[in-house]
Amino acid sequence: MHPAPSVIIFTTLSGLGFGLLAWLGLGFPEVTGWVAFTFFAIAYALAVGGLVSSTFHLGHPERALLAFTQWRTSWLSREGVVSVATLLVMAVYGAGLVFWGESWRLLGVIGAVLSLGTVFCTAMIYAQMDTVPRWKTPLTPLLYLMLSVAGGALLAGQVKAAMLLLPLAAAAQVLWWMRGDGAFAQSGTTLATATGLGGTGKVRSFEHPHTGSNYLLREFTFQVGRKHATKLRSIAMLLGYVLPFSLLIMPFSHALALVAVLSHLAGVAASRWLFFAEAEHVVGLYYGKR
Amino acid sequence: MTTLPEKTDRKLGLVIDLDTCVGCHACVVSCKGWNTENYGAPLSDQDPYGADPSGTFLNRVHSYEVQPEEGAAQLIHFPKSCLHCEDAPCVTVCPTGASYKRVEDGIVLVNESACIGCGLCAWACPYGAREMDAAEGVMKKCTLCVDRIYNVNLPEEDRVPACVRTCPAGARHFGDLGDPESDVSKLVEERGGMDLMPEQGTKPVNKYLPPRPKDELDQVDVLAPYLQPVAEEPKGFIGWLDRTLEKL
Ligand code: SF4
Ligand code: SF4
Ligand code: SF4
Repeated sequence: MHPAPSVIIFTTLSGLGFGLLAWLGLGFPEVTGWVAFTFFAIAYALAVGGLVSSTFHLGHPERALLAFTQWRTSWLSREGVVSVATLLVMAVYGAGLVFWGESWRLLGVIGAVLSLGTVFCTAMIYAQMDTVPRWKTPLTPLLYLMLSVAGGALLAGQVKAAMLLLPLAAAAQVLWWMRGDGAFAQSGTTLATATGLGGTGKVRSFEHPHTGSNYLLREFTFQVGRKHATKLRSIAMLLGYVLPFSLLIMPFSHALALVAVLSHLAGVAASRWLFFAEAEHVVGLYYGKR
Repeated sequence: MTTLPEKTDRKLGLVIDLDTCVGCHACVVSCKGWNTENYGAPLSDQDPYGADPSGTFLNRVHSYEVQPEEGAAQLIHFPKSCLHCEDAPCVTVCPTGASYKRVEDGIVLVNESACIGCGLCAWACPYGAREMDAAEGVMKKCTLCVDRIYNVNLPEEDRVPACVRTCPAGARHFGDLGDPESDVSKLVEERGGMDLMPEQGTKPVNKYLPPRPKDELDQVDVLAPYLQPVAEEPKGFIGWLDRTLEKL
């Protein structure tokens, strides 16, 4: 799949933002006044910034309100509804903390659940795609949720939790990669089933329907070299998990914490780039790819 | 509404004969011609006469080579447009309700004035039947020529999809695949019509007729002995000439 920057930025930032909101909703850290304001500002900047960036790849962003209507069947629509609900609930909860120094616990817990619900909906947009076997697994929402809570813990300054969650997220990541590498072959979709011509012999794409490029080739047949992908996986591992974890072991300082957060963010962005770039869509078969 | 209908009154669709398709691309041209001037936004082209041409098409013809264990390879031309699936994944993923499947005839359409151009439906379609128009920013797909098949302003013989009407080989057939008595259903029955990617669970309405096996001629080649290659090394005068010329 084409790794569109708007979607990578969106899923990376908003995942982290909603993760932080979840921790704040549960009262970790228990903050009020200006400190609460700062935490909430960071969380909203990430979550809303991500959501706004996701509208950049739309052909008609002015009609985006319609995307709230089809929540009965569409995970994208559900994501929209749940994210707005989250932002509203957490805004009220945050206002309580900032202006009245009150922690309305129940509201916070609801907000936390909604936050993770948003991340789950985002992940399900991909995990529901039969057409992309690498994505079609419960491991996809698991990975998104793990990254969100681990990154959120890091941002919320929950050092102990982060030290537990980062390795768990790393494990989910490795598991997701390992399963993903064999997923296309496992899916059973081949050029033979795509054309129905496998019965008589070996099918090969002889000629494309067009000499130039088209939407399908641009959107669905992106391929990364194996070497390139392995390198990026190492970078994602190192920046996303290993470095932040090592920094957490050291005596706490705000500067180190900041480096840990930025490194984690860069690592997740690299992993997210691969999430799209390595994903093989079955339509590529018709063009003799895969 | 992106909820799929429980069942549709009819299942209008195409039957494509891979045995007779000659790969002339006439259906591609007629489809583009009709659909760029009629229903919805035109089908734009980018850099059509330049170095990197690209454009929106609702129907494209691939060509595949099938190599059997023994004998010559077979070339099969393979037209592909929306299959108007019964369990259309492109419809249920749509967040706006722009994509829908009609209850009366099963045609899958896009309401372009509600489409936000998110592209998710094209991700969900395993067949590459949807293309985002680069100029309009909305999703385009085969409409089964909904503006021809019911169009009383057209002469009766023209009330079929443009691609079907145009095909010089008669490789495209249109009809109700939900009615077992229809011509198309009988054709599918008779020729063993098949689904593309059945494992994707989309239940396509369009069917493909497999190519018939090629004739095998048990022929004795009487000319073969006369067509043996001639001696490699020239002799006599020609040989002398050859050697002399070589020396020059
Ligand atoms: S062929 Fe693709 S676009 Fe057409 S109905 Fe099926 S899934 Fe949808
Ligand atoms: S591109 Fe348009 S039709 Fe397709 S899913 Fe998005 S809004 Fe629906
Ligand atoms: S039915 Fe109409 S829109 Fe569909 S492929 Fe044929 S000509 Fe194109």
